[in-house]
Amino acid sequence: MKKILIVDDEPNIVMSLEYLFTKENFEVFIARDGAEALEIAELKVPDIILLDIMMPNVDGYQVLRLLKESPKLNDIKVIFLSAKNKTSDIELGLQLGADKYITKPFSTKKLVNEVYNLLK
Amino acid sequence: MSSLLVIFIIITYLSIIFYVAYWAEKNSKSKWVNNPYVYTLSLAVYCTAWTYYGSVGLAATSGLKFLTIYLGPIIIIPTWIILMRKIIRIAKGNKISSLADFISLRYGNNRFLGALVTIVCVLAIVPYISLQLKAISETFNVITNHNIISNSILNDTTFYIAILLAIFAAFFGTQHTDASERHKGIITAVALESIIKLVFFLAIGIYVTFYLFNGPSDIYQQASLLPNFEAQQTINGLEGGFNWFFLSLLSMIAIMLLPRQFQVTVVENEREKYLKKVTWLFPLYLLLFNVFVIFIAWGGNIVFQNTGVDADLFTLMLPLKSGNEFLALLVFLGGFSAAISMVVISTLALSTMLSNNLIIPYGFLKKYSTSESEENTESIKNIRRIAIFSLIVLAYFFYRSFTLERSLVSIGLISFVLIAQLAPTFFGGLFWRRGSSKGAKYGIIIGFFVTIYTLVIPFTIDSQLISSTFINDGLWGVEFLKPYELFGLQLFEPVPHAFFWSLFFNILVYAIASVSVVGNYRERNFAEMFVDSTKYAALHEDAYVWKGEAYVKDLRKVLTRFLGEQRTERALNLFYMKYNIDKNTQLADARLVNFSEKLLTGSIGSASSRILIASVVKEEEISLPEVLNILDETQKAKESNKELKERDKQKDEFLDTVSHELKTPITSIRALSEILLDNEAIDTNTKNKFLTSILNESERVSRLINNILDLEKLATGKEKLDLKLNFIDHTIQKSIESVSQLALNKGIKINSRGVQNLQVFYDEDRIQQVIINLLSNAIKFSTENTGLVAVFTNINSNNIEVSVEDNGRGIEEDDLISIFNKFYQSKNQTILKPVGSGLGLAISKQIIESHNGIIWAENIKPQGARITFTLPLKTN
Repeated sequence: MKKILIVDDEPNIVMSLEYLFTKENFEVFIARDGAEALEIAELKVPDIILLDIMMPNVDGYQVLRLLKESPKLNDIKVIFLSAKNKTSDIELGLQLGADKYITKPFSTKKLVNEVYNLLK
Repeated sequence: MSSLLVIFIIITYLSIIFYVAYWAEKNSKSKWVNNPYVYTLSLAVYCTAWTYYGSVGLAATSGLKFLTIYLGPIIIIPTWIILMRKIIRIAKGNKISSLADFISLRYGNNRFLGALVTIVCVLAIVPYISLQLKAISETFNVITNHNIISNSILNDTTFYIAILLAIFAAFFGTQHTDASERHKGIITAVALESIIKLVFFLAIGIYVTFYLFNGPSDIYQQASLLPNFEAQQTINGLEGGFNWFFLSLLSMIAIMLLPRQFQVTVVENEREKYLKKVTWLFPLYLLLFNVFVIFIAWGGNIVFQNTGVDADLFTLMLPLKSGNEFLALLVFLGGFSAAISMVVISTLALSTMLSNNLIIPYGFLKKYSTSESEENTESIKNIRRIAIFSLIVLAYFFYRSFTLERSLVSIGLISFVLIAQLAPTFFGGLFWRRGSSKGAKYGIIIGFFVTIYTLVIPFTIDSQLISSTFINDGLWGVEFLKPYELFGLQLFEPVPHAFFWSLFFNILVYAIASVSVVGNYRERNFAEMFVDSTKYAALHEDAYVWKGEAYVKDLRKVLTRFLGEQRTERALNLFYMKYNIDKNTQLADARLVNFSEKLLTGSIGSASSRILIASVVKEEEISLPEVLNILDETQKAKESNKELKERDKQKDEFLDTVSHELKTPITSIRALSEILLDNEAIDTNTKNKFLTSILNESERVSRLINNILDLEKLATGKEKLDLKLNFIDHTIQKSIESVSQLALNKGIKINSRGVQNLQVFYDEDRIQQVIINLLSNAIKFSTENTGLVAVFTNINSNNIEVSVEDNGRGIEEDDLISIFNKFYQSKNQTILKPVGSGLGLAISKQIIESHNGIIWAENIKPQGARITFTLPLKTN
């Protein structure tokens, strides 16, 4: 069973994503800010992370940076899921090593497809 | 050595120098020409033949005093990073081509002042140039064993050398009509000569110290046995100390104001950042140059004691005496380099001054204002060429007709003191707004005459070696007027004495005249620009205030006379582009007038350029306060532009946040709806949960939109407040009622016993909105069941305070002010996001401020937060 980590501080977004991937037979973990995301990533080593950017304390960019620095976690696929849609934000995200940048609001079908694509 | 051989070597050497200059002029973009090292080395034109021979002479006869000439520069140069940068920036911004032009412009394009400075410089420097010729001639005679000075000019090698130098300076110095352009050929050649003179001087120093003697200690031991040794090598107590101090101060001024130094440092500066290298490299160069001076001097004293050899010639005589002709030749060439660099740069600088500040403004303006551009540029160049030749020829005849019996050093120092008369005007102009042209004129004139009286006249009498009652008893036998001990001042040697008194009177007159006569508006405008150069640098053409009427076609006509059609066209196009002005404009504005003036300044000097431009524009007199006002406004306009940009940025950020805040609920709505649509078999519980969330998020969107519109209305003042007399306790009670359900749900009590009854003017709906917002925040941050919220009022003499407090965990100290910002989210926020738009407090603040009240947050003890707002009791 593939493991997915959902990182977002909006409860309703988390709720929808949780339902979506549970139904696709993923083992789903949830973190509500950057610090928690890093803790869980370290503990569970998921296959893929859906990462919000604008979060209190440690933001999404910072989380990705720290993931890439860790030899144990730098293989994890990361999809940024953010309402920030300026070209500069997207470029920064991809430069930091995200596998995909999807802007909010997103299509659930497309998101699920992207996740499968990356995990192939 | 045979004279023919030496002449041959000189010609070869000069050919090399000419070729280097030619090459540099052709390859003026090369990195070999444009670098801080060439710039720094060119500054070493300070070290003339005087340094080469005179320093040694002075060290041999008076000990360490020669050091003062280098101490001053070494002390002042580190400050150049600020001081010289300022000067260079002003000079470049105004296309200034000489010291005279700089001063003339600062004091309101003052034609007379420019001419006065030029005259002082010429009088000071021509004897100094002749000194260099003398050094060339004497050393030539020594090295070729000629003991008779030829009586006929045509047999004098020095004469031909002088002519060659004049050709060199005239050819490379007048490549451009615009004298503020850089002369890269000459500068590169001078830099090369600076290397040559240093290397050869070090060679002779090492030779004397380590070959003729066994190192420094050996020389010291032998020299210390000579009579007078002790006395020479000390400063000589307080009196000597004063002499040292004033001589250092003198050389400090000289390194900045000698025309040749101003030329290489300011006019020839390519980039300001080169100064960084100068600050350490140039002092190092001077130090290296002086390391061996004292040893050569001691060595000479030992070898030549009681033989009557002129101490000025020790550097050359030492290798000759020990039979090393080759080294003697190197020394000769080193001194020759030092001399010719000085001659070339000095004549270049003086010829520019003569043409732009004396000859053109007083003689050729009429002619120029009617004839064509090619004639004019050729004529300007010719004036400079003739000036160069005349200066060198004048210097040559000065050297031939006055038997300069005195040492090299004394004449050099006299010229320093004369140049120092420009210092109060120059530095005063840079740092003192009130410094006026009247003060400058009178200061320079009085200083000049005091120098003539206390130094030039007695020195000339002295050099004739006749005893004179003028020197011994003073003018008309008045003791107080003794030229070397004016007003009974006996503390100083002649040079520091003259320096002291001349500057004393100079500064005094400059200051008094400046304070008592207010300069005209033009002068004051330039004073502002020079003194506050950093503030006005960004204004460029706006920095000079001008009012009047001018036509582009008139200005164009004047410019064409000097620049030609093409260059004028190009310059104007650039100008139009810079300020975004339509090419077909007919009326010229202040900027174009200033710009045109600057364009001409490089070619004909600031005073002439001013006169020419003024002849085609109708200028109105402006009062001084008006000048300052307009300057200030232009400055402010620039600043407010900056503010506008800042506000734009803030608006962008706000829009970013708003779009982010709107997208978040929409994301949830879309995701949840898609799930509901795609999964028909979803269980009822989950379905209900999702639908509720969708409803909540929709409400969040509309709330956000309402809040943003609300805030916008309040901030722009589009919504008028409905100000009426209301009872504050009623309003508070109503607000409590509307949050009572929220409080009940959380088991929180609201205490309103501290509310007083008072009638106040306010918009009830709006104030209720504020109180409800504060109350719901308080409820939100209180713990369930134990939470306590209190509302109370406080009546002061002119306002009423309404406070809402809770016993929650309080507000982080860092956030006490920023919580009122739009969309502010604390950095220390815990995981759960409180429900709300992030605009509530921002709106509250806006409402309170439109009521002329204030709102603030504070933490209370033992725990909790309190937010208080005020409403004024009296309203108009």
